[in-house]
Amino acid sequence: MAEVEIRAVSKAFGQTRAVSELSLTVSDGEFVALLGPTGAGKTTTLRLVAGLETPDSGSIRIGGRDMTGDAPADRDVAFVFQQYSLYPHLTVFENMAFALRAPIRRVPEAEIRAKVHEVARMLHIETKLDNKATQLSGGQMQRVAIGRALVRSPSIYLMDEPLSSLDAKLRGEMRLELKRIQTDLGATILYVTHDQTEAMTMASRIGVIEAGRLMQIGTPREIYENPVNAYVAARLGQPAINLLPAGLFAGLPPAAKTIGARTEHLTIVRGGGDVAATVTRIEHLGDQSHLHLDLGGLPVVTLSDPEANLGAGDVVSLCLNKPLFFDAAGGRVAV
Amino acid sequence: MAQIRVEALNKSFGTFHAVKTASFTVEDGQFLCLLGPSGCGKTTTLRMIAGLELPTAGTIRLGGEDVTMNRASERDIAFVFQLFALYPHLNVRRNIGFPLKCEGINAAERERRVEEAARILRISHLLDRSVSGLAGGDRQRVALGRAIVRKPKCFLMDEPLGALDTEMREAMIRELRALHDRLGATTVYVTHDQLEAMAMADRIAVMNHGVVEQVASPRDIYDRPASLFVADFIGSPPMNFLPFRDSLQAGARTVRLGERDVAIPAVREALPESDLVLGVRPEHVRFTDQGMVRGEVYGSEYLGTTQIVTVTTRYGALKARSPASISFRTGENIGLDFRPDTLSIFDKQSGRAIRTALYEGGAHG
Repeated sequence: MAEVEIRAVSKAFGQTRAVSELSLTVSDGEFVALLGPTGAGKTTTLRLVAGLETPDSGSIRIGGRDMTGDAPADRDVAFVFQQYSLYPHLTVFENMAFALRAPIRRVPEAEIRAKVHEVARMLHIETKLDNKATQLSGGQMQRVAIGRALVRSPSIYLMDEPLSSLDAKLRGEMRLELKRIQTDLGATILYVTHDQTEAMTMASRIGVIEAGRLMQIGTPREIYENPVNAYVAARLGQPAINLLPAGLFAGLPPAAKTIGARTEHLTIVRGGGDVAATVTRIEHLGDQSHLHLDLGGLPVVTLSDPEANLGAGDVVSLCLNKPLFFDAAGGRVAV
Repeated sequence: MAQIRVEALNKSFGTFHAVKTASFTVEDGQFLCLLGPSGCGKTTTLRMIAGLELPTAGTIRLGGEDVTMNRASERDIAFVFQLFALYPHLNVRRNIGFPLKCEGINAAERERRVEEAARILRISHLLDRSVSGLAGGDRQRVALGRAIVRKPKCFLMDEPLGALDTEMREAMIRELRALHDRLGATTVYVTHDQLEAMAMADRIAVMNHGVVEQVASPRDIYDRPASLFVADFIGSPPMNFLPFRDSLQAGARTVRLGERDVAIPAVREALPESDLVLGVRPEHVRFTDQGMVRGEVYGSEYLGTTQIVTVTTRYGALKARSPASISFRTGENIGLDFRPDTLSIFDKQSGRAIRTALYEGGAHG
């Protein structure tokens, strides 16, 4: 494993600037997640590190060496794609051993065998080693795809939404496992996702990326509690942060044009709060209930206290409790 | 619009029994989700309602009429697929109007209905755009437009949001439900995503291995699961299961878990000594030094407002949801107990939920 440094990298495809002046260091043994919507430049960043794309400017350093112009094979990186493209005619064992069998690696057969079994045990697929790759369920195939990367000891693992084709339950299990394996191996991982839960639960640091720019990088807690702007604030949190015009409440900092209120910033009382709102709907999502409110024509969504016994049409009162403030440009206003 | 009634529906493909005696009713104007893992038979069930597959046995009634053997084109339904196949050479207006053209409806009427559908879906500004340049969400709106423009008796949707990313999907969930509230069309919606089902459906039918395990409101499915499978499939993280062995008397208010009595909702049936499972939702686990179960903190997953704490106990790894403001040390020894009125008991062998006072609150079937 090694440190990977992306220095002021830019990449355009025709008129589209996919990545702009992006700088980021993934320390040895660190798990960094790039979080952003489709088209934000996450995958391009990953491909630039892998050498599958060449940057227009900037440099990529792996383990202290400038690798910007090097071919993918010379970079010692392992890539896990969203679509697990396994070799259908090979067994699970052969699929996992494939990369180690490359002539340039010259890994002794006994070592290949030991390594594949060790990784298969870690991923709970040791009983499937003799199966054809096509005889597996989707979750097992994705484990094999991850296993194929893990049998190598590259400088860095690059993972492009590896869990997104799995169903919710399997995704939840794989999150925990992947995090545990990363910790046990001390693996360096750069992981791309649009799923905030994956980013928050697995990453040591999250980089929030938008229109090719890195907006903020920090621990999940820093990003959630201390976002630099309204865009970042809206990326994390379920239900999403409520962005409300400052005019609704009195006594705010003068520069504040928008209030960012998460569930924990809102207290709901029956009367005597700062502003009145009407309950429009209570959405029971199982473990949480979302309380939908109408605040002078604006929708507000917060978590509903199961004991509160509110129903549609009820009028409640809202109090703010240390919310976030943003200026006219969306930047954070310090309090 | 019409009621859909599915009675004892069966479908076999060769020796594979895909749907096993499925029965449920979707009332006029209701939104029903068929929910289950891949291969559970939900799409096959939907395709039989649509007339794209013929059942091996059973009947399907649309608005009271037996349509089991009718062709798809004779059923007056609209089908929305996961992969919205739009015509790339036609613009948005022509894509939406296409089904009407096929029905031979004149240009003026077609125009009026396309405009109306576009207004409902808020894509009026896109009508003259080419579909090839549209973003995923807009493409899906056009596909929906093509379905609603026909004003069919009911909508059948097969994972229509499956190809969208998380944020777009959450926005479309709200939009689809709002659309349903405006149109009031009877809808059957297939998904493997519990969040979609919980957020949109009036009722959910949970399927497993071709069997409908429970049909109920989202709230009842979550709070009063009829089987171990339903309890495990719904909820993220899923319900905790603590195995134990005991006999049950009607009226009992506790079960014996290890050396401790655990308070549960009053039992309504008697059972000889057997292998049972106590089901506890993560949000109903409480941290207390007097707790009946002790364990070691394995790790916590930060989620912003809340966190999921995993605790290793003699019953396996238990997950608890707690406010993110509490901090836990990995390896810390802590005590847990459970909110008595929310607990479920299952018979391990059959997976069936034992009848207790908990199930009397809901429309449990």
